Amino acid sequence: MSLRTLKAVLLKIGFWLLVAVLMVYAIFPFYYAVVTSLKPSSELFEVSYWVDSVDLSNYAAVLSQPTFVAAIRNSVIVALSVVAIALLLGLTAAWALGRVRFRGRTTVMMLVLGVSMFPQVAVLSGLFEVIRTLDLYNSPGGLILSYTIFTLPFTVWILTTFMRQLPDELEEAAIVDGASPWVTLTKVFMPLLWPAMATTGLLAFIAAWNEFLFALTFTLTDSQRTVPVAIALISGGSQYELPWGPIMAASVIVTVPLVVLVVIFQRRIVSGLTAGAVKG
Amino acid sequence: MASLTLEKINKRFGATRVIEEVSLDIKDGEFVVFVGPSGCGKSTLLRLIAGLESITHGDLMIDGQRVNDLTPPERGIGMVFQSYALYPHMSVYDNIAFGLKLAKSEKQTVDERVRRTAKILQLDGLLDRLPKALSGGQRQRVAIGRAMAREPKILLFDEPLSNLDAALRVQTRNEIAHLHERLGSTMIYVTHDQVEAMTLADRIVVLNDGYVEQTGSPRELYEQPASRFVAGFIGSPKMNFLDVDARAEGDAGCRIQVPGIGERVLPRRLAGDSDDAPLTLGVRPEHLTPTTAAGEAGFRIVNVEYLGSEAYLYLETSNSDTLVCRSEAPSPFARGERVTLDFAPQRAHLFDHDGRALPPADVEQMSTQATIS
Ligand SMILES: Nc1ncnc2c1ncn2[C@@H]1O[C@H](COP(=O)(O)OP(=O)(O)OP(=O)(O)O)[C@@H](O)[C@H]1O
Ligand SMILES: [Mg+2]
Repeated sequence: MSLRTLKAVLLKIGFWLLVAVLMVYAIFPFYYAVVTSLKPSSELFEVSYWVDSVDLSNYAAVLSQPTFVAAIRNSVIVALSVVAIALLLGLTAAWALGRVRFRGRTTVMMLVLGVSMFPQVAVLSGLFEVIRTLDLYNSPGGLILSYTIFTLPFTVWILTTFMRQLPDELEEAAIVDGASPWVTLTKVFMPLLWPAMATTGLLAFIAAWNEFLFALTFTLTDSQRTVPVAIALISGGSQYELPWGPIMAASVIVTVPLVVLVVIFQRRIVSGLTAGAVKG
Repeated sequence: MASLTLEKINKRFGATRVIEEVSLDIKDGEFVVFVGPSGCGKSTLLRLIAGLESITHGDLMIDGQRVNDLTPPERGIGMVFQSYALYPHMSVYDNIAFGLKLAKSEKQTVDERVRRTAKILQLDGLLDRLPKALSGGQRQRVAIGRAMAREPKILLFDEPLSNLDAALRVQTRNEIAHLHERLGSTMIYVTHDQVEAMTLADRIVVLNDGYVEQTGSPRELYEQPASRFVAGFIGSPKMNFLDVDARAEGDAGCRIQVPGIGERVLPRRLAGDSDDAPLTLGVRPEHLTPTTAAGEAGFRIVNVEYLGSEAYLYLETSNSDTLVCRSEAPSPFARGERVTLDFAPQRAHLFDHDGRALPPADVEQMSTQATIS
């Protein structure tokens, strides 16, 4: 008996050890950012892994900068618009690709997937021209447009997969009840697609919220910047000082909304990510 | 309340012909059952009537008006689906009310109709529940309620009982029959179960491979099947089929030689040129009378099936086919014994090599005389 219990105990310890390593690996950078942001700049280069005294001066410094507050506002506008547009277009496209039989459906699906394989840099200059032509340079519109291009493929793909799993008879029941395609989509299918929509919406939000390259390229003035760029451009008192404290405080501030969103939608995301895998 | 006319309806999916030249008249208030083996096109025909599939050729008329191009609600139909297809996120109330709300009925009318429908189907206490909190039979009733609520002219059912267990199936079958009597609306019902068809229908339409094999009341189909297919499909256990040789016997019909039973004269008329043609004799198990055989005559009993009110004997023929015959229960016969069989000639059917039933002799006789004079 003892040998077997020993083995079980060891296995359990090993398992939790692995979990601990994983947790530290994933969370430590963020934890260190939090710790750093809570230290006054005088203590910045004393390495410590614990907060002795909470000092909010970095946060005050960041939030008192009008450009940073504007950047947060811009980010919120851009990310929410991207989510809304991506979900609307994604849902309607998924309806067509998932429930309407037409010639070339598979080709369209492949094209959609293919588009998402281009690296950002490859389309940067072309997109720049498009944005200039549409007169969207240095405005949130330009960012919304370019982020939507990159979030739509996976939104369409995931929503189509889910849409296909909804039984045909449900749609037919709605047709017999006199529902138009739009009513069927919004009143019957959308409530059933909530998990998938929460998942894709959140992924689109995170992508738009964290994007850096386009945000840097397509905006010019401080008032139009989004958060990632604004953080990168936070400068210290002199050329020789990197203001780590305010940068960390800013990073924590912009990460918190993501964490909150994930916690809110956590259960839906889990069911969304697995619902496709198992029948029933 | 409506009559329905199908005129040479055809349906093709690409090159596959699924429904061929189906013509049918359904009267106001009639209960019609489409029955046939799996894949014969029952569901497709129902969906053509519903407007869920487009008709390739032919006309569909409701109350004399061509409806080929109308949507399901414009046609005034309600449909109950095999999987129920209730809206999972809506309460029973909302499921029933959905169609009414879309039809822009007034709130008060909606409420009235939903409650009345729920009352008829005994769903009063369940209106706030979600479909997942209902039993199979209750879901079934909600599905019927949803189809009924808009008071459609025609109610369509696609195998509505196939997801229920045996006991509930009988109960729900009775409820549907009762509902038809109460609502008096035209109903079309699809099933592959001939017992359901026999018990519910005013008229049965037997489909085979996209064709209508025969239409008629349950009794007509049972007593005068037009083809071997219908004869084998209607009735349980199945009709027995035996290959026989036949000779015309004047006005009396024809004389056949049945292996193991003997010679009989059947009141069926052979077509003129089919003397000595190989025919198939069909006799239902309940029309075969077994008697204990002497010695090695007759057939050996390979199995006795005891059903309480009756028993079925399974008999082995000389060419190792199986015949089934009914006997009273408890059966006086036992496995391994031998019996001889007899049957009343007017109860037997004859089918030619195309499977068509031969007509009764006297009818033919009259028509022959008519052609002579
Ligand atoms: N959308 C479709 N495309 C191509 N063929 C189809 C389509 N729908 C049905 N069929 C074919 O039409 C034939 C009839 O199908 P249908 O569903 O009407 O059969 P059924 O009589 O209802 O059978 P069951 O008792 O199994 O439900 C089948 O052979 C089927 O394969
Ligand atoms: Mg079917």
